Amino acid sequence: MVKNVKKQNVLIKGTKSGLTFILNDLCSFEALLEELQDKLSERPRSSMANESGFVRVKLVTGKRYLERAQVEQLEKTLTDHIHAVIDTIESDVLTKKEAEELRKNQEVNRLLKVVRSGQVVEVVGDLLLLGDVNPGGTVKATGNIYVMGKLQGIAHAGTQGNIQSVICASHMSPSQLRIADVFRRSPETEEEQSPQEMECAFVNDGGEIVLDRIQHLIHVRPDLSTIFEI
Amino acid sequence: MLLNRRFWYIFEFCLKGESDLGEAIVVTSGKGGVGKTTTTANVGTALALAGKKVCLVDTDIGLRNLDVVMGLENRIIYDLVDVVEGRCRLPQALVTDKRFECLTLLPAAQTKDKTSVQPRQIKAVVNELKQDYDYVLIDCPAGIEHGFKNAVSGADKAIVVTTPEVSSVRDADRIIGLLEKEDIEPPSLVINRIRPHMSKNGDALDIEEVVTILAIELLGIVADTDDVIKASNRGEPIAMDPKNKAAIAYRNIARRICGETVPLLSLEDDSKLFNKMKKFLGIRG
Repeated sequence: MVKNVKKQNVLIKGTKSGLTFILNDLCSFEALLEELQDKLSERPRSSMANESGFVRVKLVTGKRYLERAQVEQLEKTLTDHIHAVIDTIESDVLTKKEAEELRKNQEVNRLLKVVRSGQVVEVVGDLLLLGDVNPGGTVKATGNIYVMGKLQGIAHAGTQGNIQSVICASHMSPSQLRIADVFRRSPETEEEQSPQEMECAFVNDGGEIVLDRIQHLIHVRPDLSTIFEI
Repeated sequence: MLLNRRFWYIFEFCLKGESDLGEAIVVTSGKGGVGKTTTTANVGTALALAGKKVCLVDTDIGLRNLDVVMGLENRIIYDLVDVVEGRCRLPQALVTDKRFECLTLLPAAQTKDKTSVQPRQIKAVVNELKQDYDYVLIDCPAGIEHGFKNAVSGADKAIVVTTPEVSSVRDADRIIGLLEKEDIEPPSLVINRIRPHMSKNGDALDIEEVVTILAIELLGIVADTDDVIKASNRGEPIAMDPKNKAAIAYRNIARRICGETVPLLSLEDDSKLFNKMKKFLGIRG
């Protein structure tokens, strides 16, 4: 009796947002794929999907590292049988390369420099500039940009498309701001110039870059903080 | 006897090589027409006035001006390109100034262009000059191309010249950025052609604004006076005139280059105050 109840390699759970597949991380990938195919073929075709949509699937892979090719194989099986797409993959493991990239993207790069006309500073992660960005100078970061000094040139945050990025400066009078692919030019008329206080720039719900006092940032980008309780 | 002479020659050479090496300073700006050549001529003259041995090197090949401003155009026989291409020895090309024995000019060629010399060749020439002179001032052409690279190659220090205009400050900023990459001391700044009344009404940038943007050491400020233009048209550097404000400014710059601490010249027109005083004291005229 006990022998019959062998540990299942694939566990399927239905949730509100779709299906969750919990995959055993100790068996071979072939065994896993086989069992998945078995299980899926038992099911009536596209029971969960409505006519137009796909079934959203979340994979929980535990300590198994899935190669790109393996993910594709799984996805193909899922699509063939139940018309499903992989929405997210929850894994306990990362390759070293991925981890390194993740660390780089999280890193705050400190730089002591006056970024002068014609110079371009480009970093992966956040940029903390202790110095000015002069007119004609450019700073770019895949994450956020913090300038402790005058920002008079161009600042481009979220260069790889992170629209949640922000740009902060002690003295904000940039010639242009860019966050992901949103642009903002400085006002042409001089009267509109910003007051002499620290400001931050972010993309609001309307998809426009807006400037605000730095104290307001906690309300719009609370996730920026890495310390939550003091 | 012969051996003895040779020994002394080598001994002298070693001494020179060890301690008496001069300083090569490039005068540059990026933008044209801000007063590089005028500054080179006048700072050079002021240094000569202070008794220093100075050589001015014009690297603006094809558009040479320094000889004209110095009034030495007629005396040119050989030029920089002749030296580099081996048609003459370096001392043959040096033109001695009319006024000072200790001031010489190495003129640029007028018939060639900037690409006819390479940075390492200029460097060799400048290094040779540094053996004999206290200061070698290199007049840099406008722009950031080959001519700029030539001029900067042999320099130990740099003076960036700018005017209180947004465009020339922008170019100066770019040049400072480029100089950062060179093996050179952090540059110092000369703000030229200041019109005090314009900075006062906010029509031109004021000194403070320029220094804040460029964030380098201020070496001197020179007011814009008609006499500077008059003097350079006559081929007589303004620095010779001891009463002129611009001349005093150039002399102060020279003193600061020599390591003295000199306060900045006030640009306010003090003649009004002086007249008032005279009136007050009952002096006429």
